[in-house]
Amino acid sequence: MHVESKIRKPLITGGKTLSDVSNDISGRVEEKPSLSWFIALGISSVILGIGAYAVYRTLWDGIGMWGLNKTVNWAWDITNFVWWVGIGHAGTLISAILLLFRQRWRMSINRSAEAMTIFAVICAAMFPLLHMGRLWIGLVWVLPLPNTYGSLWVNFASPLLWDVFAISTYFSVSLVFWYIGLIPDFATIRDRAIKAGRKISASVYGALSFGWDGASKTWSRYETVSLVLAGLATPLVLSVHTIVSMDFATSVIPGWHTTIFPPYFVAGAIFSGFAMVLTLLIITRKVYKLEDYITIKHLELMNIVIIVTGSIVGIAYLTELFMAWYSGVEYEQYAFYNRVTGPYWWAYWSMMTCNVISPQLFWFKKIRTNIAATFIISIIVNIGMWFERFVIIVTSLHRDFLPSSWAMFYPTMYDVGMYLFSFGFFFTAYLLFSKYFPVINMAEVKSILKHTGEKIKTK
Amino acid sequence: MSIEKKTYWKGIEQLKNDLNFVKNSQNEFPEFLPISGSSDNSRRDFLKMMGFGIAAASLAACDAPVKKAIPYVNKPVDIDPSIPNYYASSYTLGSDYSSIVVKTREGRPIKIDGNNYSKVSGGGTTPRVESSVLTLYDKQRLKGPMLNNKEANWSEIDNFVSENLQNSKKTYIISNSISSPSTRGVINDFLNKYNGKHVEYDSLSYDGMLNANQEHFDLRKLPSYDFSKAKTIVSFGYDFLGASFNSSLFNKQFAQTRKVNADNRKMSRLYCFESNLSLTGANADHRIPIKSSHFPIYILELYNILSKKINNNSFDSSEWMSNSSVKQVKTDILISIADELIENKGASILISNSNDRHVQSLVNMINMMLDNYGNTIDINNFYNIRNGSDSEMMDFVKDVNNNKVGAVIFLNCNPIYDHYLTSQLKDSLSKIPLRVSTSDRIDETSILCNVIAPDSHFLESWNDFEPVNNSYSFSQPTIKNIFDTRQAQDSFLKWSDSKNNYFDLLKTNWREKQKTTSSSEPFQMFWDRLIRDGVGEFVSPNKKIFPKLNTQNTLNSIKEVIKSIKSIDGFEVNIYQNSSVGDGVQANNPWLHEMPDPISKVCWDNYISMNPKDAKKFDIKNDPDTMSASLVNLISENGSLEIPVIVQPGQAEGTLGLAMGYGRKLCGPVGDNVGVNAFELLEKNIKSQNLTVSGVKINSTEKKYKVAQTQTHETIMARESVIQETTLDAYQKDPYSGKYQFKVATSEGYKKPEDVTLWDGHEYPNHHWVMSIDLNACTGCGACTVACQVENNIPVVGKEEVLNRREMSWIRIDRYYSSDADVHDLEGLENAAENPDVTFQPMMCQHCNNAPCETVCPVAATTHSTEGLNQMTYNRCIGTRYCANNCPYKVRRFNWFKYHDNSQFDENISMNNDLGKMVLNPDVTVRSRGVMEKCSFCVQRLQEGKLKAKKEKRSLVDNDISVACGTACPTDAITFGDVKNINSKISNTLKIKNINKTTLKLEEERAYAVLDELRVSPNVWYLRKVRNKKNV
Repeated sequence: MHVESKIRKPLITGGKTLSDVSNDISGRVEEKPSLSWFIALGISSVILGIGAYAVYRTLWDGIGMWGLNKTVNWAWDITNFVWWVGIGHAGTLISAILLLFRQRWRMSINRSAEAMTIFAVICAAMFPLLHMGRLWIGLVWVLPLPNTYGSLWVNFASPLLWDVFAISTYFSVSLVFWYIGLIPDFATIRDRAIKAGRKISASVYGALSFGWDGASKTWSRYETVSLVLAGLATPLVLSVHTIVSMDFATSVIPGWHTTIFPPYFVAGAIFSGFAMVLTLLIITRKVYKLEDYITIKHLELMNIVIIVTGSIVGIAYLTELFMAWYSGVEYEQYAFYNRVTGPYWWAYWSMMTCNVISPQLFWFKKIRTNIAATFIISIIVNIGMWFERFVIIVTSLHRDFLPSSWAMFYPTMYDVGMYLFSFGFFFTAYLLFSKYFPVINMAEVKSILKHTGEKIKTK
Repeated sequence: MSIEKKTYWKGIEQLKNDLNFVKNSQNEFPEFLPISGSSDNSRRDFLKMMGFGIAAASLAACDAPVKKAIPYVNKPVDIDPSIPNYYASSYTLGSDYSSIVVKTREGRPIKIDGNNYSKVSGGGTTPRVESSVLTLYDKQRLKGPMLNNKEANWSEIDNFVSENLQNSKKTYIISNSISSPSTRGVINDFLNKYNGKHVEYDSLSYDGMLNANQEHFDLRKLPSYDFSKAKTIVSFGYDFLGASFNSSLFNKQFAQTRKVNADNRKMSRLYCFESNLSLTGANADHRIPIKSSHFPIYILELYNILSKKINNNSFDSSEWMSNSSVKQVKTDILISIADELIENKGASILISNSNDRHVQSLVNMINMMLDNYGNTIDINNFYNIRNGSDSEMMDFVKDVNNNKVGAVIFLNCNPIYDHYLTSQLKDSLSKIPLRVSTSDRIDETSILCNVIAPDSHFLESWNDFEPVNNSYSFSQPTIKNIFDTRQAQDSFLKWSDSKNNYFDLLKTNWREKQKTTSSSEPFQMFWDRLIRDGVGEFVSPNKKIFPKLNTQNTLNSIKEVIKSIKSIDGFEVNIYQNSSVGDGVQANNPWLHEMPDPISKVCWDNYISMNPKDAKKFDIKNDPDTMSASLVNLISENGSLEIPVIVQPGQAEGTLGLAMGYGRKLCGPVGDNVGVNAFELLEKNIKSQNLTVSGVKINSTEKKYKVAQTQTHETIMARESVIQETTLDAYQKDPYSGKYQFKVATSEGYKKPEDVTLWDGHEYPNHHWVMSIDLNACTGCGACTVACQVENNIPVVGKEEVLNRREMSWIRIDRYYSSDADVHDLEGLENAAENPDVTFQPMMCQHCNNAPCETVCPVAATTHSTEGLNQMTYNRCIGTRYCANNCPYKVRRFNWFKYHDNSQFDENISMNNDLGKMVLNPDVTVRSRGVMEKCSFCVQRLQEGKLKAKKEKRSLVDNDISVACGTACPTDAITFGDVKNINSKISNTLKIKNINKTTLKLEEERAYAVLDELRVSPNVWYLRKVRNKKNV
């Protein structure tokens, strides 16, 4: 049999050389911040400040500042929590699972995707903390610490406790994984700073790089640790959102009490995470002129992930409806009837349009390779995924078993403020990251360069 | 050696008598101070002053907070800290009366329960009785007497009053009905001295019924009713379960005829003709919505039918039916009612709320024809409460206008606000030289008086009562006067120059009274026994009262009444008393405002209720989501009001309902300007109060108004596992009829939920607390909700927070209307039927054996007790609210804010000022912000009962324990107890045969658990509702 191996298209275009990579990426860290960066930072800090006022009032006066009530005890808080956790998933998926699957295209995007994960998980963690009635004691009491209250222990049966473990594990592993990847790049910046005589920069990045020496042995350890961490992080991609979904799935509330939730939530998380990565990367690559590193090919591959996960999510929605009908349970049936036609119909149909219909457009190659279209759809997907969580949480709670308790949820400005706070934090953090940290993993990208690339040929 | 007189001197300056020293010697600091206070201070001075200032300020700030708890130096003999004392007493505010037991802790009254010894009030309470303990601690009460709007002392008041009483003009005492014989004696002595007249009135007047009785029995009193003996009850607008003069007893009697079980499968049948949907209508087996102005037609027609059937003596009804507005009235249903009444001759009651004496005469005649007098109605045991006279009030008004009145004393009443005649006296009252009010606060009437001599609260007073002929009750002080108030009786004694005080007089009266009784014990024993029991029954050889009928006269005058019925354009407004605020005497009591109306579930407002069809015509809608209602202008001849509309299923077409007691202008910050004053709409210048106002126009405004409701969804959505009901016929054939048994499909066929459960169940070694609630006995009155609020220190959150759906009540009464839609028509099911069947379901924590809240709490703040309680540990709670989400019954309540010591919740007066806090139950924690709370089955009472039994070295019996809701319930619909004790009341009610861990095998056919299919296994059981519908 005659097999002809095709020449693979280069993942990094523009015939970049090793020094080009260092210059392109480190140059962004070394140059003075641009005016537009300052403006963006200014805007996001203002949003953070407005949000901080909402946080302050919530802590000072009580959770009553939000629109929650006796019937709907969770709404925007947990919606935002699940949404942000979901967003975080793309980073881990890209860096861990794609690493294990040897998908080398991930190398240009994993750094910023991981950064996004870290920030998103912090944003996510804010909500379960701030939504507690008594944060000041809750912070300590959710931990299984030895105490002087006799045999008082946490309740290991509670999904909320599983959440505590899941999120904290996830956050620590992601942080370590991300930081280990950063070390060789920090060393590059340090070396360049020493050469250029920038003392402060050299000492700061020197400290951050933990004395990286670039020896073969160091590289070997680095690679091993990366693989081990990837192995550790991989189950987390699946477990974290599975556990988050159990916050709902283990309850008795119609619309929550569903065995389909774990896979459905994981797919949704990857779906929304990739959408967020796309949103951020499309801007970053434009601003930092990284088109050669993050190519259309990258965007297209991510769009394909979005089609796949979006379709899974769509099927899950339909399965839920089918199961409600098939179960014969009147409460379950009413919960879904109410979702589709009740007072929150607009939320349900926003969710369906954004999450089920819009990603299907990516079947068209023209659309999935079009940057503007990708950008718009990536935002639509995230809006849809926010609504998905809102629909699950609020429409299930607001009309459950006893009609006497049926009530509506209306957000207050403090609900909005809390959400703004997380956005303000996320973008402020991302802007600081993109300025002071190398946004692409230089060390890894250098390994996939085609040295005799187009650039040399054309010279 | 002579002793020289030594001179001591402070310093050389003094010795020298320095000029400077002499000048400054009188100052506080005679020495030179480096700081002059003038502007030429140096920088050093500034630093010194600053240093001193900071040091002084920080020293001052170091003071430890002063704690006001002062231990007893000498412990009073009858007060043991943390041990409650109970005193029998009597509740009386406005025209209301009830025999009560007051619970005091460390000398503070904190809870009022019904007095089980009392035959008059039957041991139950009403929401207003439960709430009245907070009125005692109302900051708004006057701190002392007032003279010409200035604070004064009592001797000034007495001098002023005595001087001004000496004028030649008439003296009036205006009061609500007075049932106290000793008070009456004091008043009579006073009046004899001053050429006076005592006029009694009631805000909800019974003038018509009283005058009819005057005519028939020569006795202007209300008779006793015994609903427990009645098999057929027909009510024409009379809300005997909600707004009657003794509703707690009537509830009890009525419920006795509704409790069906294996031994008794019979029930009474209640027909209710009414225009507003009242509690009575909601509990009726057949409810016929008609206009109140048409009652005379129906009653006369019923009389005619009965008369024909019983006496074979009827008249031609066409003569009066010719009236055009009467023609359309359909009275077919009366024929079958008449048959039933005849069948149950002597065991029926016909009753009406009409204040027209002719109509009431007719009602009396029907009851006589049916032999009800002596059986279900007893005029010999007449009531002494509610015997006010509107015509005497009219005389008073005339006398005022003719300048004949020299002095008026308003004895604990507020006629400027609540009487249709005197409300016009606002301006002319100043013609009277001496105007005295004994009101406890500055209200609409007392502000027009030159003397306010505040009476003590009934919990601070001695008194006796004779609510029903020969049935006495007493009140005794349970706390020393909180303010400088004086019991009104003492004021009267003072003003009539008597040397007596009221307490001595009371005792003297009873010393005399003892002689007329068969009691042979020493007086002190006799007296102590009466005070301990709070009640006393003495049968005196009363002459029997026989009726004298003047049938023809009555028939003639009733025909006149009917002829005068005109079809007037516009709506007919029926003003009613709701069971919370009532007539508005306690309008400054936040517990009453926060208690939702039993029917509409509206709190903190009154409103117009309107038939859905009428509402459609005016394009009026309620938005259940935002609770936004349309504001309309209600225009009658007597005035107009701007008021929100609630679309009310069951409201008769062409009629509107409006509650009285709201729209107070001067009662205190809580109740001022809540709602509108319905009394303003009443027709003036008529002989008897008429609560039906005809010819009222409605003008829609574009404005919207938020009306706070605790329940906005009206129907049960055909959810049979929540509400189960059946009819009596079906129940008699099959006691299990109406049972909804959910079955789970398994590979081995259909199974009951308890057979496929994953839960192991708990072992309860000692006790297993279980509650049962008879849906057939619960009338929805709401006494339990207020009792729970008092017992468990539940905060009042105010209208805004109720609108935000954050009321804190641990027990609520869910009210569901039936729907005409098909069970599969989910959209149609949301709409109530036009004249719906109503079901009330008290709902509180179900104390599930497999509680879904317990599994989800991350910190184990809500756990299961070894006695089957689902218990909440506030200290451990971190407020994730997952438990509330996962509660299928939605009974958990979260402290969204800090409700105590928070000026944003001023209306929560029991937690926001030192006086109000006296009412708090020391056995129950006041919860902090951010924690979850819910019904605890009154665990503090269980603990107390267990300790009591333990101390006495015996096992616990039913009497040791009680829950606040069950104690308050006038119908005993709530039974609570230990099912481990096979002889307990709860074991008998549920007929418990055996217990296998948490699974109770019970044989009561009507018992069911709400949402059984979830297999949360609640410890609260409901007994199915049975309606005694007549098959048509």
